[in-house]
Amino acid sequence: MIPAAFDYKRASSAAEAISLISQYGSDAKFLAGGHSLLPLMKLRLAQPAMLIDIGRVKDLSYVKDAGNHIAIGALTQHMDVENSKVLHEHAPLLSKAASHVGDAQVRHRGTIGGSIAHADPASDLPATTLALGATYVVQGPKGQREIAAANFYKGFLESDLAADEMLIEIRVPKMQGAGWSFQKFNRRAQDWAIVGVAAWRRKGEAGVALVNMGSTPILATSVANAIAKGASISDAAAMASNEAEPQSDLNASTEYRKHLASVLVRRALEAASK
Amino acid sequence: MTITENKPANIIGTRLLRREDPPLLTGEAKFTNDLNIPGALHLSVLRSPYAHAKIKSIDVSAALKIAGVIAVYTGKDLQSAWAAPMPCAWPVTADMKNPPHFPLAIDKVNYVGDGVAAVLATNETASRDALDAIDVEYEPLKAVVDLEDSLSDKNIIHQDLGTNKSYTWPLLVEETPGCVAEAFKKAKYKVKERYVQQRLIPMAMEPRAIAAVPQPFGGDITLYSSTQIPHILKVMTAITLGIPEQQVRVVAPSVGGGFGSKLDVYAEELLCMALARKHNAPVRWVEERSENTQATIQGRGQIQHIELAADENGKITAVRVRIVGDMGAYLQLVTPGVPLLGAFLYAGVYDIPKAYDFECTSVFTNLTPTDAYRGAGRPEATYAIEMAIEALAREMKIDSFELRKRNYIKKEQFPYTAFSGLTYDSGDHLLAAEKAAKMTDLVGVRAQQKKQNVPGATKLLGVGMSSYFEMCGLAPSRVLASLNYSAGGWEAATVRVLPTNKVQVITGTSPHGQGHETSWAMIAAEKLGVAPEDVDVLHSDTAISALGLDTYGSRSLPVGGVAIALACDKVIEKAKLIAAHQLECSADDLQFENGTFSVKGSPDRALPLAAIAFGAFTAHNLPDGCEPNLEAQVSYDPPNFSWPFGTHMCVVEVDTETGAVEILKYIAVDDCGNQINPLIVEGQVHGGVVQGIAQALFEEAVYDSDGNLKSSNLAEYLVPAACDVPAITTAHTVTPSPTNQLGVKGIGEAGTIGAAPTVITAIIDALSSLGVTTMAMPASPQTVWRTINEATRGGKQ
Repeated sequence: MIPAAFDYKRASSAAEAISLISQYGSDAKFLAGGHSLLPLMKLRLAQPAMLIDIGRVKDLSYVKDAGNHIAIGALTQHMDVENSKVLHEHAPLLSKAASHVGDAQVRHRGTIGGSIAHADPASDLPATTLALGATYVVQGPKGQREIAAANFYKGFLESDLAADEMLIEIRVPKMQGAGWSFQKFNRRAQDWAIVGVAAWRRKGEAGVALVNMGSTPILATSVANAIAKGASISDAAAMASNEAEPQSDLNASTEYRKHLASVLVRRALEAASK
Repeated sequence: MTITENKPANIIGTRLLRREDPPLLTGEAKFTNDLNIPGALHLSVLRSPYAHAKIKSIDVSAALKIAGVIAVYTGKDLQSAWAAPMPCAWPVTADMKNPPHFPLAIDKVNYVGDGVAAVLATNETASRDALDAIDVEYEPLKAVVDLEDSLSDKNIIHQDLGTNKSYTWPLLVEETPGCVAEAFKKAKYKVKERYVQQRLIPMAMEPRAIAAVPQPFGGDITLYSSTQIPHILKVMTAITLGIPEQQVRVVAPSVGGGFGSKLDVYAEELLCMALARKHNAPVRWVEERSENTQATIQGRGQIQHIELAADENGKITAVRVRIVGDMGAYLQLVTPGVPLLGAFLYAGVYDIPKAYDFECTSVFTNLTPTDAYRGAGRPEATYAIEMAIEALAREMKIDSFELRKRNYIKKEQFPYTAFSGLTYDSGDHLLAAEKAAKMTDLVGVRAQQKKQNVPGATKLLGVGMSSYFEMCGLAPSRVLASLNYSAGGWEAATVRVLPTNKVQVITGTSPHGQGHETSWAMIAAEKLGVAPEDVDVLHSDTAISALGLDTYGSRSLPVGGVAIALACDKVIEKAKLIAAHQLECSADDLQFENGTFSVKGSPDRALPLAAIAFGAFTAHNLPDGCEPNLEAQVSYDPPNFSWPFGTHMCVVEVDTETGAVEILKYIAVDDCGNQINPLIVEGQVHGGVVQGIAQALFEEAVYDSDGNLKSSNLAEYLVPAACDVPAITTAHTVTPSPTNQLGVKGIGEAGTIGAAPTVITAIIDALSSLGVTTMAMPASPQTVWRTINEATRGGKQ
């Protein structure tokens, strides 16, 4: 497993990382935990000419209570999201989802920012932050901007991030006591979800997002709207795939994925309603 | 001092920790790729992206320009390097079709992964980069992927053969001519079933790795390989390369698992050796994981048709079996023999009259060659008969355990001569099965099932079971001859007592994870009355262990281990003569206990083995005609296979909404006769059961219709991890083998043989109230969900 040749620079701050990526442009890739990028490079499916290592940018690893929301540094490892007391109190759904990422070794290397920036629809954290109505803070040569999670995902492994921008913070609204559930269906514990569901519910309000049900993480707005209008959980869950366009692969056909989504959304909403 | 006061605890039968583990766990163990070989050139192999294509042209000029690249060879360039095609040692019939197979394809590729060109470079990166720079023009041909499609001969893979059929091997055993047909005509109950054994990728944790090191003078060459078979490899590479055998030395350093996949002679071994000789430099190669999924043999790959005839009591009166075996693109070392290893086991553990009609037709496909994979033919056979028993029980509307009880060979019938003519030396199937049922709490589980599996329930409980007999301990050489196998089945051992009373055991077995060093030391220690830590076990280097037939087919203990015990006996015999001479008594008056010879009735007249060993070394005072040194060598040919058996049971819960299967309880009751080290036996059963569960629920080499492997990495090929399988409860019955002095039977493959039918029958049992009667492997959630849908839709019509 030998990747194609590449150059390597290590950034010590976000500013330096952005300056480097501005310099090298689209031939460069950020390397954070490496758990999405390196496997692609080993198979030579990705052949970036320059890796900018941001793994040691320490000032981007934090979880902070910021009043209405929780601010999470982009380089916070999954393990720290999983174990954060602040998140346990204010956004337990995100901690739970982080605990389902890969295995313990992956969770000690992979980062929340890396997972979101990679925009893999099969990853757990993009859909979960989407369900929670998160906002992503990105920084580029001209300064910072905020992007709502709902506007961030553009296609398979494509996001609103410009080539010279870097995701620096994830802002998750406090859940304020909402019921919640994270359902991950897979054949082996370490795998990506065949279908996953992140859901919360507070009286007539609900948020539901789907993992691996299309080319991006999917916000199941029909389900949320149905709940808001007073529909039963099973009637709402039957609409799970309204916004989804699930693919077919070795583990699941489109039809089976849609079926699983409705079963898992129903289970998630039932659990979140307890 | 009397001997009894000093008696150490018996060593055989204790849970001695494996001496192999500290070096493996700390990284001290050296695998082939850990060897530091100065000046080695790196080999990379360009592989075909097509399952079936003509090679129109190969342009290597750009590859040769890459810094560090020394040479690039095509199949045509190397044609003169081979004295013979790659070996197949098992021509099962006289008219078996065996297409010539060379390390690199010459003008046509026949599977994705077939070698097309070989690059040699001074470093691994350059040799890998060079692969991307080679330009091959292919003319794609229609790929033959499906077994029944291959049988039709619509598209022929090896044109010169004129057919895709490699061989048809029949075995008809009839008490009287026509009695099989007669039995089916008379039968009160009949079942006719079709099962598919999916292709599996053995996936040893260490991929293959090779280093060929030529000596600067004299033509000698040492091959280091991550192999199960250094001895066989020595003979076969010498023949294929046309090198005098005495100039070849093969060493298997630490080997990280094989499961049959390293029981082979591979293209890369031959390429490394040929190119090392050509360039007079060491050449090494290490397999990438994705490469391993295509270039290393795969297992299983059969379509089975089985029919049972039974009388009004469910007593089976005849068995008919038709198999189509998937050979893949070429015949590897024992490819054609694999389905036939199961041929004798389609009657399972049941008392079946001489009314057996078996036929196997094996065909070529444009897929990676198949060969032996843990169990090799026997898991397939056991699966078919156990699934067919369940079908018969459904047909008769009786409990399948009850049906098994009516058909088990009874304890008092052993030794039992089966319809095949083979003698099952020992067994007690009912005892093992009842033990498993008790441990499973079968009665309790059935009661719970009644409560739980009510109409509308979405979590359904099921119990499955499988009773098996395994034909292992390969093998009596004469039996192998009758099957047309090209080698014998003996094993060699040397036991040497050094002057300081330390012991060397030299074995022809070649461990790759089984713990032979620990077990063999225990056997010698028990026999010779020394501590296990005073016994060193030497193996896997043909310069040290010149004779041997290596490790596969659960043969190492019942053949190789017994050879060591026999060599110890010979050492003791010789030592006794020396002791008698020095104690001035008759050898008949001596007894040997706990490492000391003493005169019967006068324990004060005693001589420890230590003194005799030193005396044999100084040779100052030996009886007339007695050679110096205390050493003995044995080549042991077993009189029979070894016949472990047992019953596995499991309890599953199936989520009918998602199709997910959870194994709540898994019980394995195995009988491998006497156990040398129960800790190692348990480990073997655990590993085997997990591989069987993997076939039942997780693993499949999935190909598309063009012959591309879709499950070509560990994200897509689902090897279960520890958290994906249940806790396994093991237990044993002990029926010592009467055919060897240790009373032992092989246990390496038993778990794999028992597990797959146990899990699948449990799933079918759980879903029986929905009308489900079949379940394909692997029973993935999607497959289970679809099967439920089909059954319930069918039910409505």
